[in-house]
Formats: sequence, structure tokens, C-alpha cells
Amino acid sequence: MENWPILSIITFTPLIGVLFILLINAEDEIGRRNIKLVAAYTTLVTFIVSLLIWINFDLTTSSFQFIEQYRWLSGSITYHMGVDGISVLFVILTTLLMPFCILASWHSIKFRIKEYMIAFLVLETLMIGVFCSLDLVLFYLFFEAGLIPMFLIIGIWGGAKRVYASFKFFLYTLTGSVLMLLAIIYMYWQSGTTNIVELFNFDFSTASQTWLWLAFFASFAVKIPMFPVHTWLPDAHVEAPTAGSVILAGVLLKMGGYGLLRFSIPIFPIASDMFSDFVLILSVIAIIYTSLIALAQEDMKKLIAYSSIAHMGFVTMGIFTFTQQGIQGGIFQMLSHGLISAALFLCVGVVYDRMHTRSINAYGGIVKNMPKYAVFFLILTMANIGLPGTSGFVGEFLTLLGVFKVNTYIAFFATTGVVLSAVYALFLYKRVFFGTLQGAETKTMNDLSYREFYLLLPLVILIIFFGIYPAVLIDVSAVSVENLINNYNNALLIKG
Amino acid sequence: MTGLFYLPALPELFIALGAMVLLMVGVFKKEKSYETVSFLSVLLLTSVLVIINLEYIPLGYAFNSSFLSDDFSNYTKSLILLSSIGIIIISSGYLKTIGIMKFEYPVLILLSVIGMMVMVSSNDIISLYLGLELQSLPLYVLASMRRESKKSTEAGLKYFVLGALSSCMLLYGLSLIYGFSGSILYSDIASFLSENNSNQGILFGLAFLTAGLAFKISVVPFHMWAPDVYEGSPTTITAFLASAPKVAAVALFTKIMVNCFPSLIDQWQLMIIFISIASMLLGSFAAIGQNNVKRLLAYSSIGHMGFVLIGLATGTISGVTGLLIYLTIYVFMVIGTFACILSLKVNGTNIESISDLSGLSKVNPMIAFVLSMFLFSLAGIPPLAGFFAKFYIFLSAIESGLYALAIIGVLASVIGAFYYLRIIKIIYFDENINVFEPITKRMKLIIYITAIPVILFFIRPSLITDIAEKAALSLF
Repeated sequence: MENWPILSIITFTPLIGVLFILLINAEDEIGRRNIKLVAAYTTLVTFIVSLLIWINFDLTTSSFQFIEQYRWLSGSITYHMGVDGISVLFVILTTLLMPFCILASWHSIKFRIKEYMIAFLVLETLMIGVFCSLDLVLFYLFFEAGLIPMFLIIGIWGGAKRVYASFKFFLYTLTGSVLMLLAIIYMYWQSGTTNIVELFNFDFSTASQTWLWLAFFASFAVKIPMFPVHTWLPDAHVEAPTAGSVILAGVLLKMGGYGLLRFSIPIFPIASDMFSDFVLILSVIAIIYTSLIALAQEDMKKLIAYSSIAHMGFVTMGIFTFTQQGIQGGIFQMLSHGLISAALFLCVGVVYDRMHTRSINAYGGIVKNMPKYAVFFLILTMANIGLPGTSGFVGEFLTLLGVFKVNTYIAFFATTGVVLSAVYALFLYKRVFFGTLQGAETKTMNDLSYREFYLLLPLVILIIFFGIYPAVLIDVSAVSVENLINNYNNALLIKG
Repeated sequence: MTGLFYLPALPELFIALGAMVLLMVGVFKKEKSYETVSFLSVLLLTSVLVIINLEYIPLGYAFNSSFLSDDFSNYTKSLILLSSIGIIIISSGYLKTIGIMKFEYPVLILLSVIGMMVMVSSNDIISLYLGLELQSLPLYVLASMRRESKKSTEAGLKYFVLGALSSCMLLYGLSLIYGFSGSILYSDIASFLSENNSNQGILFGLAFLTAGLAFKISVVPFHMWAPDVYEGSPTTITAFLASAPKVAAVALFTKIMVNCFPSLIDQWQLMIIFISIASMLLGSFAAIGQNNVKRLLAYSSIGHMGFVLIGLATGTISGVTGLLIYLTIYVFMVIGTFACILSLKVNGTNIESISDLSGLSKVNPMIAFVLSMFLFSLAGIPPLAGFFAKFYIFLSAIESGLYALAIIGVLASVIGAFYYLRIIKIIYFDENINVFEPITKRMKLIIYITAIPVILFFIRPSLITDIAEKAALSLF
């Protein structure tokens, strides 16, 4: 078991599913059903295999585990995989959300199912690769390649303005990333390696750290997304099919936060320290500004998209406090937001499949004929607000705890974001579920089907479970985060 | 000098003889002369490709040192041969459609190939010029091959007039260089320059030489002929113009700069940086508004040559390695893309405008997928080969400290990504309006042969990068 290339197996299992799908003829109904089944089983198997790394994960060490290294590009650019306490949970999050994406698309995707499932499985491979790679070039490869399937998912199966949204998504992300590519190459010539583990111990000069940090930040800030480069996200979310939104909010946004933790802070500690106020201020602006925008939205998906930006603001804020609580809170917030936003987008998908509109005004009073749905949505709304007892609370609380230690003003303004999130989330709930039924069509809406019910149930259970017993997740990242902060403080001490 | 004095030039002589024999075959064989000659020329080129790569032919000097065969020339010759083979194979269907199945066509390509091979092996300025002209003259004829088409005639004429002008400039530059240095051999000029570093006459000649070569690879500000010629020429010749002659001209450019003017790097580096930046930007911006596939690919190739020249601008081994890797991948991408475009026919004619591609993915998902992979690769998106091409180029640019060039380069590649995405959007997002005719086996073969290395390059990049590095080393 120890010598198995387990991370590569997890990463490339979805591609095996792709091979099978390629062999199936999608002309008839049976073939299409088989394609869906193969995709569903592939993602399930990937998830189960990925649980093995969680089970075998050594909580006591901060070093990388399950390491694989093979010759790849040139001597020092290698195929290098491994996970530590920071990345392992993101791998699990990715593999966990994928079966939901496949099941959510079961009936809602009506054409080109073969291509759709292939795109999702390829995307899964690339996302897992991002979190596992320990080489900058390999990381960049996975990070960028994800654009292709996501571009196609939004563009082919998206809504009315899908072309605009897909182009915006692609070009925004690409612009940020190419600067990171140059930074990676510069680092290669400076240090002679792109091995992340070796780069942790390499001291870049203060001046070059500044530029490198900015180049990496350009890429991650677009991905997270942070104010003021967040404008692609609402468009992409609104136009993407339900499963596309789930994966976008659930995993793709987290790559940005993960990147900050994996590269920006450990490799450029001095620049990170220098820019920490800048990031904190941007985060607070994002929290308040996007919460206010969310209030004014008429489209359910757009509202959740803006609330995602606000929640990711808590993440960046927590990370750049450089405290144990802040960073762990940031990681927890990312994981919990991955579950909550995924579940919320699935919920929107449920009513969208029935009514084919996401406009809030088209609904109203649907609690009468969709009670089960109303209960799920209420729990998720509360989790989104950050009610104690749900996982949303833990992340926000920890990040705010971290910020209070560092900067009270920032913490004060950030806390208003919590209130604002309650305002927009409850307002949304009230307008959709209470009041009188709007129009004849809403009256005929049925409550959740079995498939939808069992799709939402596990997510809701997990959200509550992690809210009550967050230690399961926090313990995993504790040692790695502690090590990260120690190294960061040491680097600052040496520079004086 | 041991053995036969012409031995290293045997591949060129072999093709020259073959071309003449094929001319006779074409004349005496009344029926199906095109098919026979085209098959035999593919056979001829393939056998030369094999001979070169199995290293049966000794490397070294020939013809009193005016010809040098080394790893560098062998590498670029292989590329030239590969692309010519690809072009001849994809030509027949297209030529049948437009009704010019003439046996001169493959023979002219063969003659042009000899010119290119002489160019990349040239070791003095006479063989340089001879090779260049031998390369160009058949191309003028090929460009105007569709005699009944006004556009083709215009393309041929334009190409000829501007090509002649560029040859004049080149010749003028070469004569200055010869006049001031007193030698035609690259090595003698280089050693003369290392002693007399600031010779105004030679600098003047260098500028003219650069301008003449920039014409041949159609980079800004000498690019104006490319879109018109590309649009007017028969599409297969457009594909040829975009691949093999560019490889030859860039290789020659690299060779003469590195071998002949290493001590003047400060002077020519600036020129090349300017050419490179201007080409990348123009290639990206001007292509956005194009609706004709051939014009678009013309601008795209201008942009790509801009990226290639970054490698030359560094003047280092890793720069030349990057340049060679870029050229290799570029040739595969361009021929693959053209093969896809050529294989798509609506109502008996080949498609010309981008909007004809709309909804292709619904009718022919396989070709749509491969074509969009080529386009993503041209845009430089990982994990496709086009990304690695750019990666190695930027690797060398950053190594040499050309940061501004690298930053402008990546931003230009983002702008460039936009118009490639536009085509992918038309293929995948738009509704289908056309009924495409089925694709012939021969076209499929070429499409897949070019697609596999482009898509799977990331698995073993060292297969190509190691050879390219060896080739680059032999130049220094």
C-alpha cells in the first residue's frame, strides 16, 4: 500500500472513465444512460479511493506525504506529487463534490451528454492535480488546463448569455495566469528548481519577492475572486449549468486561496508581510461591497455568486492575518463554503429545472407545495449566514478571531459583513418561500424527487456535522499551518 | 577534407536528381501523371528524411566550405521535409476540387525544398543567396497556380514583386558585408568582426540583411504581403508558405546571426526585439477582425513568428533550443489546422470563412475536437504542445533578462487567445448551418498524425527537447 502511487491513481482515475465513455455510442437512450452511469461510478470510485489518503494520512507531521517523483521536463522540472495537511482536504472536497455534479446533471442536461460527462471528468483530473502537484510547472499545467473544460461547459450548456460569460471567464483567468508563468520561470532561473519543497527553503531577495508575489497574486486574486477583479464570477455563475456552478463555487475558487497558502506565504514571506494590509483592506471591501450588491440582485444565482465573493473575502482576510486561527479559519471557511455554496446552487437548480427561471420575483410562497425543499433551503441559508451549529459559523468565527488579534478596525468592518449576509440571505428566503404563490406555474411545482432529496441530504448532514464537530477538519491542517506560520515568522526575524 | 567533397550535400543532390526524373515521368506519363508524381515525390522526401536521421550521410563541409551539414541543419531539414511531405499528401484532394491536378505541383515543391535545405546548410553568403532564391522562385509559381482565379494571380504577382524587392535588399546588405569584411565565409566575417567591432559598413549591411530576411518570414514591419498572398494562393500552398519556408528562413536567420555576427549582438538584438514585439502585437490585434480563415492564419503566423524571434533575440543556446522547439510544434499545429480546414467541404467547395465552421461539433465531433485542440494549442493553453513552445521561449527570454519582451509576449498571447477562442466558439457554441461532406481517409490520417504529438506532447517532452538542444548546441 505504501509504495502505490496513490495520488496519481486518484488524479487519473477519471481519465479511465473518459476512455470508457469514448467507447459508448451516445446515439440511443440506453447509450446515454450508460454514459451517465459510467461517469457517476467513476466519480464515486475516485471519491472512495481518495478517502484512503485521508485514512492513511499522518496527522502528526507537517511534511508532504504520499510523495511521487518522476523525471519529466528537464532535470529539475519533475513530475512531483504529494499532499500535506493543507492540500489533502481540498482533494477530498473535489472528489466529494464530483458525484453530486454528475447526479445533478442527470435530467437537466438534455443534449451532448457524452461531451458533457467527458468535460467534467477531465476537469476532475485537472482539479485534483492542482492540489496534489509539488512542482510549479506541473501545478501551472493543471491550473491552466482547467480553463478548457470549464470554458466549454459554460459555453455549450450554459444560459442565454453564455458566450459572453465563457469568454470573460477564460480571458480574465488567462491574463492573471500568464503573469504567474513568467514568475515561475524567473524563480526557476533564480533558484534552479521548480520543486516547491526546495523553494520553501530558498531566500529570494526582497525586491524580487515583491514582483513575484504580485505576479502570483494577479493569478490567484482573479481566481478567488477578489475585489476588483471579481466581475467575471457573477456572469460565469449565472450562465453556467447547475453542475458547472457547483464546481466553480465549490472547487475552482478554492484554487486561488490554496495558491496563496501554498506559494505566496511560504515562498515570499517578506512580500506577504508587506502586502498584508493591502490584502486585508481588499478583503474587507469585498465583504461589504459584494454583500450590498447581493442585496440588490433579482437573480438567485447571481445573489449566491456575490455572497460567494463575500465569503471568499473572509478566507483571504483570515489567511493574511498569519495567525493559527486566521489561517485555519480560512481553510475551514473554504471547505465549508465549498459544501454550502455547492448545496445552494443545487437548490437553485432544483427550482430552475421546474420553472426555467432564476428570477426571484417569479417565485414566492413555494413553501406550501415544497415543504421538504423549504427545510433544506432554510438550513443552507442559515449555514450561509454563519449560524452557530453549522459549518459556516466555524470558519467565519475563526477568521474574525484571527483578525481581531491583528487589526481591530478591519475586524470591525468585516463583522458588519456577517450582519449583511443575514440580511440578503433572509431576504432571499422570504421572497422565494413565503408570501402568496406567484402565478399558476408555481402552484404545480412538485416537492423534491428522491434523486434531489438524496442529493441534498448528505451535503446538509455534512454541513451540520462539521458545524458541531469541526475538529475533524481542523486537526488535519493544524500541524501544517503551525509549521507554515513558524517558517513565516522565522523568515521575518532573519530579515529583521 | 576527406572523402568525396560533395558527400554531406548528398540529400540535396538526391532530391535535385529526383525532381528532374519526376519531371520526365510527368511528361511521359499521360494519364494520372499527378498521382504518380505526387506519390513518388512523397517517397523521395521520406527516404531522404530517413537517410538524414539515420545519419548515413557524414556531417561536415562540402563545396569548399560553402556548405555545412551539422546537427542544426539536419534538425531543420527534417522539419522542412516533414512539413513538405504533409503538404503534398493533403494537396491532392484540394487540387482535384479546384481542378489544377498538374504534375508540376509536387516537382515545384521539391525544388523549393532543395532551396530551403541549402539555406539551412549554407556556410557562406553565396550559398545563402542561392538557396534563398531557389526556395522563392518555385513558390511564386505555386502561389499563382490557379490561373483562372484573379486573387491567385494577384497573390503570385504581389509575392513575386515584394519577394524580388526583399531579395534586392538582402543582396545589397550581403554585398556591403562582403565589401567591408573581405570574405564571404561566415567564420571569416565573424573573426573579422571580433577585431573591428564598430564597422559602420557592416552594420549597414546587417540592417539590410535583417530587413530582407524579415520579409521572408513576414514579420512586422515587412509583413504586408502575407495576408493577401495567403488569401489568394491555393489553400495547400498557403499551408506550405506558413510552414516549411518559415522554418528555413528562421533557421537561416538564426544561423547567420549566431555564426556570423556574434560580436554585434547588441546591435541586432535591438532590431529583433522590436520586430518581435511588433509582430506579436500586430498578429494578435489584426487577427481579431478577420473572417477569412486564410487571412486569419496569416496574421496568426505573423504573431507566432514574433514569438519565435524571442528565442533568437536572446542569442543563447537555450534561446535557440526554444526557437527550434517552437518551430517544430508550430509546424505540426499549422499543418494540422490546415488539414482540418481543407478536409471540410460544403457543396463541393472548400470552406473559406470562419462562420462556415458553425456548429461543426454537432456534425463531426471528432474533427471539431481535433481542430479546437489545435486552436487551443496555437493559443498556448496547457497541457497542449503550444504551451510548451511558449514555455521554452519564455524560459530563455527570462534567462537572458529580457523581461519587457517576455511580459509583452504573454500579454500578446492572451489577446491572441481571444481570436482562437472565437473560432472554437463558432465550432462548439453556434448552431449548425452547413452540411459537410465526409472526410477522406488520407486527410484523416494527416490530421491524426499531427494531432497526436500536439495533444500528447506533455507526456514525454524530452523526445523533442533533447534533440532540439543537441541541434542548438552544434550551432555555437
